[in-house]
Amino acid sequence: MTAAVLEIDDALAQYDPVMGLEVHVELNTRSKMFCGCPTEFGAPPNTQTCPVCLGLPGALPVVNARAVESAIKIGLALNCEIAEWCRFARKNYFYPDMPKNFQTSQYDEPIAYNGWTEVVVDGETYRIEIERAHMEEDTGKSTHVGGATGRIHGASHSLVDYNRAGIPLIEIVTKTIEVPGDKAAAVAKAYVSMLRDLLLALGVSDVRMDQGSLRCDANVSLKPTGSATFGTRTETKNVNSFRSVERAVTYEITRQAAVLASGGKVVQETRHWHEDTGITTSGREKSDAEDYRYFPEPDLVPVAPSREWVEEIRSSLPEAPTLRRVRLQEEWGFTDLEMRDVVNGNALEPIVATVELGVTPTAAKKWWLGELARAANESGQELNALGVGPAEVAEVQKLVDAGSLNDKLARQVFDGLIKGEGTPAEIMAKRGLALVSDDSALIEAIDRAIAANPDVVEKVNSGKPAAAGALIGAVMKDMRGQADAAKVRELLNAKLGI
Amino acid sequence: MSDLTRKTAVELQELMTSGQASSVEITQAHLDRIAAVDDSVRAFLHVDSEGALAQAAAIDAKRAAGEKLGPLAGVPLALKDVLTQEGVPTTAGSKILEGWKPPYDATVVKRLKAAGIVILGKTNMDEFAMGSSTENSAYGTTHNPWDLNRIPGGSGGGSSAALAAYEAPLAIGTDTGGSIRQPGAFTGTVGVKPTYGGTSRYGLIALASSLDTPGPCARTTLDAALLHEAIAGYDPMDSTSINQPVPAVVEAARRGDVTGLRVGVVKELGGEGYQPGVEARFHEAVELLTKLGAEVVEVSCPHFQYALPAYYLILPSEASSNLAKFDAMRYGLRVGDDGINSAEKVMNLTREAGFGDEVKRRIMLGTHALSSGYYDAYYGQAQKVRTLIQRDFANAYEQVDVLVSPATPTTAFPIGDRADDPIAMYKNDLCTIPVNLAGNAAASFPCGLADEDNLPVGFHVMAPVMRDELLYTVGAALESALAEQWGGVLMAQAPELEVTR
Repeated sequence: MTAAVLEIDDALAQYDPVMGLEVHVELNTRSKMFCGCPTEFGAPPNTQTCPVCLGLPGALPVVNARAVESAIKIGLALNCEIAEWCRFARKNYFYPDMPKNFQTSQYDEPIAYNGWTEVVVDGETYRIEIERAHMEEDTGKSTHVGGATGRIHGASHSLVDYNRAGIPLIEIVTKTIEVPGDKAAAVAKAYVSMLRDLLLALGVSDVRMDQGSLRCDANVSLKPTGSATFGTRTETKNVNSFRSVERAVTYEITRQAAVLASGGKVVQETRHWHEDTGITTSGREKSDAEDYRYFPEPDLVPVAPSREWVEEIRSSLPEAPTLRRVRLQEEWGFTDLEMRDVVNGNALEPIVATVELGVTPTAAKKWWLGELARAANESGQELNALGVGPAEVAEVQKLVDAGSLNDKLARQVFDGLIKGEGTPAEIMAKRGLALVSDDSALIEAIDRAIAANPDVVEKVNSGKPAAAGALIGAVMKDMRGQADAAKVRELLNAKLGI
Repeated sequence: MSDLTRKTAVELQELMTSGQASSVEITQAHLDRIAAVDDSVRAFLHVDSEGALAQAAAIDAKRAAGEKLGPLAGVPLALKDVLTQEGVPTTAGSKILEGWKPPYDATVVKRLKAAGIVILGKTNMDEFAMGSSTENSAYGTTHNPWDLNRIPGGSGGGSSAALAAYEAPLAIGTDTGGSIRQPGAFTGTVGVKPTYGGTSRYGLIALASSLDTPGPCARTTLDAALLHEAIAGYDPMDSTSINQPVPAVVEAARRGDVTGLRVGVVKELGGEGYQPGVEARFHEAVELLTKLGAEVVEVSCPHFQYALPAYYLILPSEASSNLAKFDAMRYGLRVGDDGINSAEKVMNLTREAGFGDEVKRRIMLGTHALSSGYYDAYYGQAQKVRTLIQRDFANAYEQVDVLVSPATPTTAFPIGDRADDPIAMYKNDLCTIPVNLAGNAAASFPCGLADEDNLPVGFHVMAPVMRDELLYTVGAALESALAEQWGGVLMAQAPELEVTR
């Protein structure tokens, strides 16, 4: 059942959207938040469990210090204050995939709070205020079997895998985001995308969105244009790709606008995002009756990171991705458009590494965004999965610089590299790709070209030296491209006396 | 050698080291005693004869091989059924855990095993340690060996009754508001609640996490100290565990010298509501301490009067959350799983059938106290009282080394007497609860029989955090002085139990 929606332009003409984004990040610690169980993704169900993460009677949690460190890193990178003293709290509710029927989380004492960050959309910078970043544990994973939809409704039974129970999570919550309506969805997408880059740069999460290690809940409400009063919000759960974040926010704007425009009221509820159809549907209603009975976790002692430790972590933080990008663009002399292509093409890190090996930024960009991106695209692979790394790119470029290859031949070398035919040198030998630098062979080819094109020679002799280009083309063709065009020109000009 | 069951742990160790008895013989003697008297005492929920004898044989073999063994190696022990023991049924006195065999050992159990202590079985208790009489056990009431018509105290009535019935020389209890000390007082045995964090809670099925403390029970002060030393110490598996050396409890129990010790009698713990016989024995014991060289003064702890109400907000709040895990999904009882009922329905039916009245009462109290809109008035306020009580203790310990009071306002009451009056039942723990709220150490030592009913009276000693050795100093001094008066230990005055099998 599809809800009525307005066109996005019509919606934004009448209403201003207000957003809040909650992002859950699975940390990449080797062990779980409160026990020593491993955290590898994809292990057989219930093989990475122990009395603690199964919530067996008598078992007790112990905080993973590495997870606290990661939380502090994230907090610092988001310009947050780091609590001098904070506690975990129990969030009480019953659900079969939650072993203790409470989640050990943080409530009114988050480890990091009051931060901010920035995202750039269409050249404009938008500041996003961060409310908090807190530590918690993930739940187990329920699989509902026997129904048509895979949801609990209509299922004959459910299976629970507790491997995920107790995986450390950081929940990052923004304050309300109010940006021009036509930018809202793009800002939401840019924010999540920025977080991904940041988390990768910090090394605290693998951020595999396909494995659910970064999950976004998008709160959206509308208020009449110019109004100061917030409307009723919905919370769209588990939006798990950048594009979906953008689509889900847009969808909720258009849906809520249709509800309001027809005189209806937006229901405060959680909504499910449907990747396939691009719509949200009603989940459970969130009423005031929902009471998690939070109280300080008595099984854990407070977390009190010393200021020395926090400063030590701060000084070890890598450069923020946004700032780094600005710096690199300046150093490389790329235009905004070029830089955007590099970032969107996931070519930033490969180019950085290639430039570090002595290749010019322009040449590095040429290979990564040209030949290699095309090959990746054709085979449906990630750029970093092609089997060609910065070292290979640098090696090929060195051969070009030395005059052993030209760009056209270099492309064939890359093709060979992708197909696993060996090193660039081996491929050149196997495919016979080396440029002919032997003058006598070139002079023979030039002689053949002159003999075959008397009309062109005529034109040159009659005072039109530019016509010689056609002869160069003929020589290159004769040499099957394996000649240095500059060398050919030099020899030809000598021959023709120009 | 039937009199093996009358020996202390220290005496049993002497018999083993001198080759006069083996651990298997000692263990078998206690298993025989259990078989003979436990139909009427009902201290045990599960007797692990096979496991105990195997453990005993292993110790005998080690001794024969000349291995160096600890001071309690080969001595049998009764374990409160609230601690997990791998492969041995563990119920916490509740139907909801009937048949559950834990896949892991509690830290205390690991340490018992490492010390070579032989675990005879699991003892009865009020369901999830909620109670002061064992009448709330889902498996029936334990009877007090001094008078089988009376309760043995609770929640750890099974452990203390096992000691008083000579079914075991050592026992483990857990103390959340008095569950070691009150049964100790009612059975004429020694019960020690160590400093919170001094003994590990890992594997202790939680009642109230911020109060629960495992501790030693025995018939003598020295036996209790040896057991204390065996189970105490830092445990990285318990975040609230204290990373400090174990106080020198054994040395204190051996010396028992109270010369110059400053003893404070808590003004607020006595008077109205206290049985005259209890007060008489308590004051005689205080005088005895004075004679032995202690300096006795009266100390006021004005906020103790709020301890009981604060306790009955904090405990149910934590318990309501701790007990949420019992939901039929992963272990224990499952009711109503007919293939049609939803998981939520099965949870409800299981909890309805599996929990007893007192457990339900406290879950409801705690759920309410933590509810949005009530939290500040109940849980929040109770935490403030807790701070005030901690301050009372801190102030008192500036004036004295230890505090003393009767362990309980009365002696053991008849079975059924207070079963329908929760408040009267709760008041039994007036003297013991403040210590749990402050996290301090405390113990109950036998100090005689009340004139009215000839039942044991407990002398309550309280000491600052990680000064547990002071308890044993007082306990040992009192024990030897009283033994001189009585011409033997108090337990010798207990009536002989009829052997039923």
